Amino acid sequence: MKILVCISHVPDTTSKINFTADNTKFDTSGVQHVINPNDEFGLTRAMWFKEKQGANVTVANVGGPETEPTLRKALAIGADAAIRVNTPANDGFSVAKQLAKVVQDGGYDLVIAGRESIDYNGGMVPGMIAGLTNSNFVNNCIGLEVDGTSAKVIREIDGGKETVSTTLPLIIGGQKGIVEESDLRIPNMRGIMMARQKPLTVVEPINIEPETASVSFDKPAPKGAVKLVSPDNLDELINLLHNEAKVI
Amino acid sequence: MSVLVYTESENGTFKKIALEVASYGKAVADQLGTTVTAITINVDDASELGNYGVDKVLNVTNKDLETFNAKAYAAAIQQAAEKEGTKVVVVSSSVNSKYLAPLLAINLNAGYASNVLEVPSSTSPFIVKRNAFTNKAFEMFQINTEVKLLGVSKNTFGLRENKASAKSEAFSVTIPELGVHVDSVDKATNKVSIADAEIVVSAGRGLKGPENWGMIEELADVLGAATACSKPVSDLGWRPHSEHVGQTGKPVAANLYLAVGISGAIQHLAGINASKVKVVINIDPEAPFFKAADYGVVGDAFVVVPELIKKLKTFKAQQ
Ligand SMILES: Cc1cc2nc3c(=O)[nH]c(=O)nc-3n(C[C@H](O)[C@H](O)[C@H](O)COP(=O)(O)OP(=O)(O)OC[C@H]3O[C@@H](n4cnc5c(N)ncnc54)[C@H](O)[C@@H]3O)c2cc1C
Ligand SMILES: Nc1ncnc2c1ncn2[C@@H]1O[C@H](COP(=O)(O)O)[C@@H](O)[C@H]1O
Repeated sequence: MKILVCISHVPDTTSKINFTADNTKFDTSGVQHVINPNDEFGLTRAMWFKEKQGANVTVANVGGPETEPTLRKALAIGADAAIRVNTPANDGFSVAKQLAKVVQDGGYDLVIAGRESIDYNGGMVPGMIAGLTNSNFVNNCIGLEVDGTSAKVIREIDGGKETVSTTLPLIIGGQKGIVEESDLRIPNMRGIMMARQKPLTVVEPINIEPETASVSFDKPAPKGAVKLVSPDNLDELINLLHNEAKVI
Repeated sequence: MSVLVYTESENGTFKKIALEVASYGKAVADQLGTTVTAITINVDDASELGNYGVDKVLNVTNKDLETFNAKAYAAAIQQAAEKEGTKVVVVSSSVNSKYLAPLLAINLNAGYASNVLEVPSSTSPFIVKRNAFTNKAFEMFQINTEVKLLGVSKNTFGLRENKASAKSEAFSVTIPELGVHVDSVDKATNKVSIADAEIVVSAGRGLKGPENWGMIEELADVLGAATACSKPVSDLGWRPHSEHVGQTGKPVAANLYLAVGISGAIQHLAGINASKVKVVINIDPEAPFFKAADYGVVGDAFVVVPELIKKLKTFKAQQ
């Protein structure tokens, strides 16, 4: 089984979000980048497929050279090869088109991406890859088993979950649950050394007419101070929630 | 030309977000000087949509669409959009709509904006404001394609009443080969889900152990709320994963989010910031949650929560 894991290179979850150049660009100064959490769960699931079912795992990112340390980290965790499509990730649609090309050229059986990236939160790349490559697609995946060319997937739905069956080639939008937090792997010294020898191929982008574009960013207005209510006066809290906030 | 809205339903009745999507669609239609058409799937009576500005309803009744399937539903919406010659399609940000939207975008060659907060700030060029960076920023987002697909955030635009005729007509759709088949659905039917809830009561590691959740469930019960928890609580197995909210868990866009014994870490707040009113109960006045909350009680949850339940019961009885 050939697996492609799509890796979005995102600001660490604790990052301060600021913008530059007239609020048109995300300010990366002092920001640590990491593998998008949803993708890290997917990558770990791919490692199990490699270890238990002999799968071959490639990771891919659409982005500039600055994303290579993130891809190297994925190699250190255990992926066999990495691909970087050399173009800035400006919008979800263009990224999906670039990745669809990678998927078609590589003939992958299973593509694992994340439910959403924590930077632009588009939640669109995996579904668009599926649409573009005409593959089966399951989003919000919290459990995945593959046997031959059939797959059983558990999908989170509002208020519960459902089990679906499908076949490869398959695209997954994954999230926590596909593996658990405690299953995540930290690269060890040997992994880091080996990662240096593994292929990281840079491919040039295809030409795309972008459908969408980011115009500018803006931050929510700072919040007013919290209103504190004494624990001895909870009637006041109820009063505030009822008469002022009007939520109960 | 009309704006097409996909109005979600469950067991034949509209979800509240369907009415919000219709309200939003009406506002966009007004901007564009056109009307609103809704597509409904297996809804018996769609007349309610007439209260929210819908002029026409394409009513799909199809046994093969009884369980949700993203590809099939995307195909149905696409066929409705093509029939109507729609330039703007509006869906919600529910789990199911977010699943089908990227497929629909590709089918329609439509640029897609998710988590949309307001009506377009301009229709030519077409620019909408959306949430990005897990509620830490807004993005002004331009769509260049002729057909636009908008996924609107929950509980942001709100419901706006507008009388219209909601003339219903049967609409039959061709369902493509599916590829993904639902074997079983496992859904708690007696509980309010986090996605649908107006109020969410959430608790963290401050509760010390799973045995102490009785009072949280009771508090939720009194308020008609869904229960949720912080990430460590679900990682420790105190509560099911489905209750984990935050950046890596479920997003919460409720009217009221009440957090008990949760410190307010940035990753937690990122997922719940879209909620309108936030209340925190925490023993530590320095807990970061107090900076993000609207109302706060500095106190011991084991004292405050039982007392609050008692007082809320009295309050509810008087209502
Ligand atoms: C990549 C990444 C992603 C993450 N994603 C999420 C996410 O999606 N959601 C999430 O929740 N977290 C997430 N986290 C974890 C987050 O950083 C915090 O560790 C977590 O939210 C803390 O949970 P907590 O507030 O329940 O526990 P703690 O931080 O231990 O806080 C417990 C709180 O309870 C209070 N308390 C103690 N006793 C009492 C009492 N008797 N009465 C009242 N209050 C009391 C304490 O004062 C304290 O503030 C993520 C972390 C990382 C690194
Ligand atoms: N630039 C990128 N390179 C590779 N994969 C990406 C990129 N952007 C998004 N993805 C994948 O698509 C998923 C959803 O991203 P998004 O649609 O941006 O929310 C992510 O979790 C990744 O798996």
